[in-house]
Amino acid sequence: MSGHSTYQPQNALLKWFERRLPIIGLMYSSFVVYPTPRNLNYWWTFGGILTVMLGVQLVTGIILAMHYTPHVDHAFNSVEHIMRDVNYGWLLRYLHSNGASMFFLAVYIHMARGLYYGSYKDPREVLWILGVILFLLMIATGFMGYVLPWGQMSFWAATVITNLFSAIPGVGESIVTWLLGGYAVGNPTLNRFYSLHYLLPFVIVGVVVLHVWALHVAGQNNPIGIEPKSEKDTVAFTPYATVKDAFFMVVFFILYAWFVFYVPNYLGHPDNYIPANPAVTPTHIVPEWYYLPFYAILRAIPNKLLGVVALLASIVILAFLPWLDTSRVRSATYRPLYRQFFWILVVAFIGLGYLGSKPPEGAYVIAARILTAYYFAHFIIILPLIGLIETPRPLPTSISQAVLSKAKVAVLAVAVVLAGMGGLGSAVAAEQAPPPRNKWSFAGPFGLYDRAQLQRGFKVYKEVCQVCHGLALLSFRNLAEPGGPEFSRAQAEAIAAEYRVQDGPNDQGEMFERPGRLADRFPAPFPNEQAARARYGGFPVDQSVIAKARGYERGFPWFILDAVTQYQEHGVDYLVALLQGYAPQPPPEVTIPAGLYYNTYFPGHAIAMPQPLTDGRVDYSDGSPQTVAQYAKDVAAFLMWAAEPHMEARKRIGFQVMIFLIVFAALMYFTKKKVWKEVEAPTEAGQVPVEGKP
Amino acid sequence: MSSVEHTHEHTRRDFIYIATGAVGAVGLAASLWPFIAQMNPDASTIAAGAPIEVDLAPIAEGQVIKVFWRSKPIFINHRTKKEIEEARAVNVATLPDPEPDEKRVKPGHDAWQVLIGICTHLGCIPIAHQGDYNGYFCPCHGSQYDTSGRIRRGPAPANLSLPPYEFVSDTKIRIGGSATA
Repeated sequence: MSGHSTYQPQNALLKWFERRLPIIGLMYSSFVVYPTPRNLNYWWTFGGILTVMLGVQLVTGIILAMHYTPHVDHAFNSVEHIMRDVNYGWLLRYLHSNGASMFFLAVYIHMARGLYYGSYKDPREVLWILGVILFLLMIATGFMGYVLPWGQMSFWAATVITNLFSAIPGVGESIVTWLLGGYAVGNPTLNRFYSLHYLLPFVIVGVVVLHVWALHVAGQNNPIGIEPKSEKDTVAFTPYATVKDAFFMVVFFILYAWFVFYVPNYLGHPDNYIPANPAVTPTHIVPEWYYLPFYAILRAIPNKLLGVVALLASIVILAFLPWLDTSRVRSATYRPLYRQFFWILVVAFIGLGYLGSKPPEGAYVIAARILTAYYFAHFIIILPLIGLIETPRPLPTSISQAVLSKAKVAVLAVAVVLAGMGGLGSAVAAEQAPPPRNKWSFAGPFGLYDRAQLQRGFKVYKEVCQVCHGLALLSFRNLAEPGGPEFSRAQAEAIAAEYRVQDGPNDQGEMFERPGRLADRFPAPFPNEQAARARYGGFPVDQSVIAKARGYERGFPWFILDAVTQYQEHGVDYLVALLQGYAPQPPPEVTIPAGLYYNTYFPGHAIAMPQPLTDGRVDYSDGSPQTVAQYAKDVAAFLMWAAEPHMEARKRIGFQVMIFLIVFAALMYFTKKKVWKEVEAPTEAGQVPVEGKP
Repeated sequence: MSSVEHTHEHTRRDFIYIATGAVGAVGLAASLWPFIAQMNPDASTIAAGAPIEVDLAPIAEGQVIKVFWRSKPIFINHRTKKEIEEARAVNVATLPDPEPDEKRVKPGHDAWQVLIGICTHLGCIPIAHQGDYNGYFCPCHGSQYDTSGRIRRGPAPANLSLPPYEFVSDTKIRIGGSATA
């Protein structure tokens, strides 16, 4: 299909080169004159988008590797070092972490398009199977990448996923030990995952080359699913497909930029800002959103081995699609029955994703079992059957004569899913009261920190919190940096000098203490965890990223709206509520163990920290009210800055990027229109422009 | 195999194409910057490169000590009278990199020679009190420096460089800038 190269270099040097290595001719025939069906819609642009996203992940990943330290003692802090100290490090890391999500979003759309339009059918089976292999490689790569920040979710994801292999009868335990390089997840595990996370993307690149090769042998499928018959049915890859892909890529990048610059932690989980702790499992452990449907399938099966088998089978079954689907008609446009079942499958899959994020109890488990059964039934029973009983609509004779129906069920399907989620959410018992929301100066796309508030918050931290809680990731110099409390350099130096910092050894070989300097980090209030436990009867957590490491369940539908309204102050709202949530007398139905205190907003209500703030405890010089409410807000704002010190730069650059992308998208749109004008103008009877399906 | 003739499109210099191309090129160029800038020293490295203070009192006459500033070895040489005389007896005009010894020390502190101990040839660390000029000898490629740290023989093109420093008191120097820096 790709035909022979029509490329004939004119330049003598190029002629000489081309005779020895015809790579320019290969590129020319593959990406310039290569014929693509003229009726491809925007769902076909996701192949190009995926290629670019792979490139973005490779480039940002290689850069992050320059600054990251794969060691259990340093991994978490080195990621924070990237976020705080490396030039544009926060940008590169958010590009990479959100890039993974965008990559999976694009691949799911790409796969759904293949399912809808029957792109897996003869002669594209190998192309499709290569795609399934790519998906498996992506899952493995994404999982190992998630382990690298070495937060609580990283550690426990590594533990849970490697333990899947323990389900293998007989040799399971030995395989897990071999995978981990130890008796539990540890430094050897982190090191090998880092190595493999670096390697696998290049394997993906290799398989992508095969995928594209297979595509160019069979040619692209198209929305009506009949092969191009004449040159009238196709257009050249460049400029037509190129400009269309490029336009939609820019549109896709607007979505990507929204997440990177405005809600960069929305798709993550607060628990992964808590350093890995092998002694404590997070109460509610979930994978990243893109694994949730498969996770739900795993949990739906009440048998360890069968659960793992079902998890694997739910992906591998896709490779058998070309033979499970008995219909000869490719496009769902001409398959009225299949089209309905396609959308039911989409709903079931999204439903599984929602259930995967919920605790495995009660109605959630039952619903997950039903949807799991349906998921497999779709492929094993429904698909072979409807191919036999369905009467396809008459196919057009050629692409250029096709007229597509405009029926849209997508909106309806999404509505059904959302309604289902809402129903389930309310069916399951309501949890703890959510913290009340506060007004924050730093909320929203243009929000900035209130300097005076951060300075007051620092005072509260210094005079109250600091007695027990460290701020290990912050340096004194940060206090004077732009975008924060913005103390003057002299003030920051004076603050630093109030602290005693250990240095040495000196010429006598002894450690000594000296006044702090700007480059020093805040010293810990205790030498180690054991010392803290001995002194305080508990382990006061470090507060450097506490504002991002805490949150609360927003529930449906708020958690979806939060991505749009950019509400990401869950952490600070929780902190404010917690600091004010003490009650002298717990409600009668709650018993608080000795040595613990009742707090309305602390999970489980029994907190080891006594009420830290009282009215008038800290003197404010700017006339702000010296109340617990004000202290709580100020110190929470300060901790938000401590956790996200480059937020102002992020929003500022984000605004510039957004403006650029919108202008560029508009220009690309008009360029695309202009390029496509003569192709789309109905110059013959029966030829109709085809766009934007399904 | 191309089905549509579009040759005239390529010849027409259309505004929208140029505008799109230009905006795209600007965007691409601008987005390259973070990827380049990330390789420059990060904020913690820069902060750790702040000035350091060195107490000169324990350094005996004839002794060279090595301290580190911005990860570079700084030689502090408490020169003997003989060494100072040797350095000043040379006809400056005959040197490969002519520079009088007086310009390589702080006025009134002739005994204190403060140098960046990195050979100006290819970055090795010279050995003090060695070589034909009793100054510094670089073991890598045989460059020889005198007691003022000036290149006398060998492949190095220039004298050993001087770090920015100042005397805070008679027995204390600050390397790396003034008190406000």
